[in-house]
Amino acid sequence: MAGIVSYGAYIPMYRLSRAILGQVWGGGGKGEKAIANWDEDSITLGVEAGMDCLQGQDRQSVDALFFASTTSPFREKQSASIVAAALDLREDIVASDFGNSLRAGTLALRSALDAVKAGSAKNVLVIVSDCRLPAPNSAFEPLFGDAATALLIGKDNIAAEIEASYYMSSEFIDIWRLEGDILPRTWEERFVLDEGYEPHMTKAFKALFKTREASAKDFAKAAFYAPNARSHATVAKNAGLDAKTQVQDPMFDSVGITGATAAILTLIAVLEEAQAGDKVLLGNYGDGADAHIISVTPAVENLRHKRGVKGHLNSKVMLENYGKYVKFRNLMTFEETPMTRPRTSLPAMWRDRNWQYRCHGHKCQSCGKVQFPFQRRCMYCQAGPESLMEVPLAEKKGYLATYSMDERAAIVDPPNVLAAVNFNDGGRIFSQMTDRDVNTIKVGMPMELTFRKIHDALGVHNYSWKCRPVRV
Amino acid sequence: MAEPIKDKVAIVGMGCTKFGERWDADIQDMIAEATYEALDDAGVPLKDIEAAWLGAQWGSQIVEGGVVTGTLLSSALQTQYIPVTRVENACGTGAESLRGATFALASKAYDLVMVVGVEKCKDMGFGGLPSVWIGRWEPVYGAFGTGPGRYAMAATAYFAKYGLSNEDGKRMLAEISVKSHYYGAKNPKAHLRREVTVEQVMNAPIISWPLGLFDCCGVTDGASAAILCRAEDANKYRKDYVTIKAFGMAASPGWGKERDDYDFTYWDATQAAARSAYAEAGIKDPRKELDVVELHDCFTIAEVIASESMFICDEGKFKEQMTDKRAYYHDGEMPVNTSGGLKSFGHPIGASGCREVYEIYKQIQGKVEEPSRQIKDARMGLAHNQGGHPGKFVCGCTIVGAP
Repeated sequence: MAGIVSYGAYIPMYRLSRAILGQVWGGGGKGEKAIANWDEDSITLGVEAGMDCLQGQDRQSVDALFFASTTSPFREKQSASIVAAALDLREDIVASDFGNSLRAGTLALRSALDAVKAGSAKNVLVIVSDCRLPAPNSAFEPLFGDAATALLIGKDNIAAEIEASYYMSSEFIDIWRLEGDILPRTWEERFVLDEGYEPHMTKAFKALFKTREASAKDFAKAAFYAPNARSHATVAKNAGLDAKTQVQDPMFDSVGITGATAAILTLIAVLEEAQAGDKVLLGNYGDGADAHIISVTPAVENLRHKRGVKGHLNSKVMLENYGKYVKFRNLMTFEETPMTRPRTSLPAMWRDRNWQYRCHGHKCQSCGKVQFPFQRRCMYCQAGPESLMEVPLAEKKGYLATYSMDERAAIVDPPNVLAAVNFNDGGRIFSQMTDRDVNTIKVGMPMELTFRKIHDALGVHNYSWKCRPVRV
Repeated sequence: MAEPIKDKVAIVGMGCTKFGERWDADIQDMIAEATYEALDDAGVPLKDIEAAWLGAQWGSQIVEGGVVTGTLLSSALQTQYIPVTRVENACGTGAESLRGATFALASKAYDLVMVVGVEKCKDMGFGGLPSVWIGRWEPVYGAFGTGPGRYAMAATAYFAKYGLSNEDGKRMLAEISVKSHYYGAKNPKAHLRREVTVEQVMNAPIISWPLGLFDCCGVTDGASAAILCRAEDANKYRKDYVTIKAFGMAASPGWGKERDDYDFTYWDATQAAARSAYAEAGIKDPRKELDVVELHDCFTIAEVIASESMFICDEGKFKEQMTDKRAYYHDGEMPVNTSGGLKSFGHPIGASGCREVYEIYKQIQGKVEEPSRQIKDARMGLAHNQGGHPGKFVCGCTIVGAP
C-alpha cells in the first residue's frame, strides 16, 4: 500500500479580479484569480508548497523529488535540483523534472507510487507548480491562475491511499507552446472541448470505474481538472456525479485554472475536509487523461495544521490595477534606466549555495549564537571556524527589527523594502521584504522566510531567501 | 615605540572647487581647480610638491568598473614623476588620504606633500549613485541594498527605540535639513544654495521611507585639496596654519546589520574612531572642547547618529540637546556642519573628507567665505568621515586645530 503521507499547497498572495480585466479590455466576469508576485515563478511556488508539505516531516527520509510543471523557469536546466536545495533535502536523492503536459503532476505521482512500491524510494516528494502566462485580452487571461501543491508519497503513516489508477495517453492536440513561445496557442474551442477534454476525461473515469467495479455513488467527493466551468459540469454529469454534493469546487473563481496544479490543488481542498473512510475520485487531463480512487485514512487528522488550500485562500491582497500585473509579468517594453544593471556570479552562488539556497546559518559552538549568512569567525565572540556549525534557518519565525522602503531602487515593484528580522530564538536575517502591504509594516511585526527570485541578472534567474509578514 | 601624531604635521594651504553639477568640468579639470587654489593659498609652486595622495572612489564613473590610478592627477597637473598614491575607502576616502600624507611627512620621507579628493558623479545619466559597488562581493545577497535604503533603516530604528511618532521623528530630521540648507545658502561653494522650511522637508517626496528628498544629500561633483608639511616648517608658508591633532580610524568588523543585538541607532566605528581621536588629542569633553564639527551627514539621520556616536550629544537626546536648543548652529553650543554639510555643500565621494577639513581650516583662520556663518574664536574642530553602511563602516575622525 502506498499513498499520500503529507500534503502542502501554496496560493500566491495577490489576486487579480476579473472586473479589472473587464475595465481594461471590455466585457465582464465575476471572481478573481491568484497571481504570482513579480519575484515568484514555478520554482518558488513549488518551494512554498514543499515547505508546507514537509513541515513536521523528516526531510532526511525523502529519497526523491519530482517537480512537475509546464512552466519551468529554465528551458534547459532542471528546476527540481533548485527546489530540492531550497527544501534542504539530502544530496543523494533522485531529482527529476516532469514537464510539457498539463498532466505532468499526476504522471509524476504515478512514478512516485511506482518507486515507493518497488522499494527504490521510501518517500518521494511530488511538487506540482504552474505559472502559465495567458495572452493579454485572450479567452485564457481571466481563467489562468498560479498555484503549487506538494504530496509526500510513501508507505508509512498514509493519510490517503491511492487505491487504483487508470492512465490513458492520447495524441490529441488542444493547447501547446512551441520552442520560443511565451504564450500558449490553441485551436477552435468546440473542437478542443467536444472532441478533446470532455470525451477523454469521461472515458478515463468510466474505465476506472469498470476496472474496480465502482460507480459514481461510491465517492464522497470528486476533484478533477477542467479547462472551464461548463466542461467541468458536463464531465461531472457524464460520470454520474451529483453536482451539488459530490463535486469539489475547482476554485475557478477564487484561484483560477492553475494548469498542471489544478487537479491536485482541488484534491487537497477535499482532503482538508475529508473524514477517515471517505473515497475520493481524482481526475486529470492533458495528452490523455488519468483517474484515481483515493481512500482517506484516520491519519488525515495529523495534517490539519497545514496551511494548504484553506489557509492560503483567504490570505490575499487584491492587485490594484492591471498596470501592476503588466509590470509583474513584464508584458510591455518599459523605459530603460541608464542605472547600472544587476550582476550575478555563478561561482559565488555555487560557493554560497548552503546559505543562499538552503538557508543554513552558523551556530557558534563557543557562545551559542546563530548567525546568517556564513561567517569565517563568530561575529559575536570571534571564535574560529572550527566553532561554527551549520544549522537550518528556513522555518524560523521572527519579528521585524527595523526596515526602510526605498522608492528609487530599480526593482519591479517599488518600494524595495529592506528589513532586518530577528528570529524569536536568536539570530538575524537581513533581506528584502516581499508580499508586503506597505501601509501596514511595523517594527515588531511577526515575520517568516520565503524563497524568492532576487533578480534576473546576466541571463540567469537568481534565487535566495527573503522575509515576509507571516502569511496566515 | 609609537608616538602620537599630535602637532607634528601642519596644513598650510587648502582649496576646494565650487561643488555642484559641474557640466562644465571633467574630473581632471576639478583636480586642477582645487589644487591651484590650495597652492595659491599656501604660496608654493607645484614643482615643490614631492608626493601626492589622490582620493577617489570611482573617479569619473561613466561605464562600469572604471579604473583610477595616480596618473589621473599627474596627467591633469603634469607633475613630473612624483609618487601619486590612489586611495579608496568608499565615502571615507578623504580622511584616509589625509592620514597617508600626514604619516609620510611624520616619517620624514618628504617635506611638502599634497592631498586631493575628487569625484565626478554627474556624467552617468541618472540621479543617485551607481550600484556597481552594491553586492560587488555578494551580487545576490547584496542586491538592491542602496545607500538610502540602508541609512533609512537607522531612522526607522531610531524612531522606534526612542518612541518618536513618524511625525515627530520626521520633524526632528527636517530641522537638521533646514539648518543644512541655511548654511548651504550662505556658502558660495555649496551645491544646494536655497533655504527650505520644515514643512517643505516633511512634505517632500519619499526617497526611502522614512527619508524624503531633503533628508538626502545631493549627488555632486567636486574636488578638494590640501598642502601639508611638518609643523616646524609651517611658518615658512603662513602664520595661520593649522596642525593635525589626531586621526582616529576604525574599520568595523562589519557584523552590524546581521547581528541580532545591533539596533542601528549607533555607529560602532564612529564610537571607536572618536574615542581614539579624543585620547590622542587629549580631549575629555568633546562637546565643550570642540569648537566646530563637520560630520558625515549623507542623510539627516546620519547627523543624529554620528553626533551621538562621537559623544557631542547623549544617546537618544539629539532632539533635546541639539535641535531644541539650536546647539548645532554656528552661534550655538556645539556648531555642526556650518558648511552646509554633505547635505547641502554636497558629497562628491572622494572629496568629502578633505572638504570637511577645509571648512574647519577656514573657520579656525576666521576666513569663511560668508562672514555670517563664521564661528567666533574657533580653535579646534573635528572632521568625521565614513564609508560603508550602517553596521559596516570604516570611519575616520580627523581633529585639527590652531597650533
